[in-house]
Amino acid sequence: MGGLGVLFLRNPIHCALSLVGTFFCLGAIYVMLNAEFVAVIQVLVYAGAIMVLFLFVLMLLSSKDTDQYANKWPIGKILAGLLSLGIFVQIASLFTAGNIQLGPKGAYPLEVVEEVGSIALIGRLLFTDYILSFEIIAVLLLVAVIGAVVIAKRRFP
Amino acid sequence: MIPVEHILLLSAALFTLGVLGVMLRRNVIVIFMSIELMLNAVNLSFVTFARGMDSMTGVIFIFFIIVVAAAEAVVGLSIILSIFRTRKTLNIDEFNILKW
Repeated sequence: MGGLGVLFLRNPIHCALSLVGTFFCLGAIYVMLNAEFVAVIQVLVYAGAIMVLFLFVLMLLSSKDTDQYANKWPIGKILAGLLSLGIFVQIASLFTAGNIQLGPKGAYPLEVVEEVGSIALIGRLLFTDYILSFEIIAVLLLVAVIGAVVIAKRRFP
Repeated sequence: MIPVEHILLLSAALFTLGVLGVMLRRNVIVIFMSIELMLNAVNLSFVTFARGMDSMTGVIFIFFIIVVAAAEAVVGLSIILSIFRTRKTLNIDEFNILKW
């Protein structure tokens, strides 16, 4: 996968572009999993909005120091590699033990989703069962916008 | 239909890459992108389990996770912007004081 590029490319802009590629691949996987809404959101919000924001800040900031800051501590690299290898082995052994207990089937098998349409279903759920979380997330977005403006402002008058 | 285990393994690999990126890279923005990668890995396993269990809750969760990730990206990038104005660097090892 293109996620390796995020890790190993020197130039941060190349990292960001390979991350966009990874997000597109994830969107394709979501389509294969019959989650069209998530795929659309993924491409629009992640590959579109968030990565444009990242690239914008990168171009704005990295005028002179685009080169990689060297990690001064080689033992730290080895330690990080071992630690993340341990994390991967843990998660993978959890998943590949062959006994994933998926639990009882929910109320929305593939036929129902295909019949009603996944976006209609999500919208209905969002405005009935999850209405409180929906309102809270709206307030959170407002707070984030105001907070970003306040933090990024140059000086308080 | 892809087997559930394969997608979960891919999700684990992506999450591990994100962890490795946070630990190895020293550029703040690259670390931030690695955090986004970890969020996406979790999203992937959410969708997989939602499909496997015939449930819609996972997809609703993804919606909220993506909104929170967007908010986090906006606030984090503006924090990075304001730090860069005072410190003139993106190296995370230089951000070692809380007051300046």
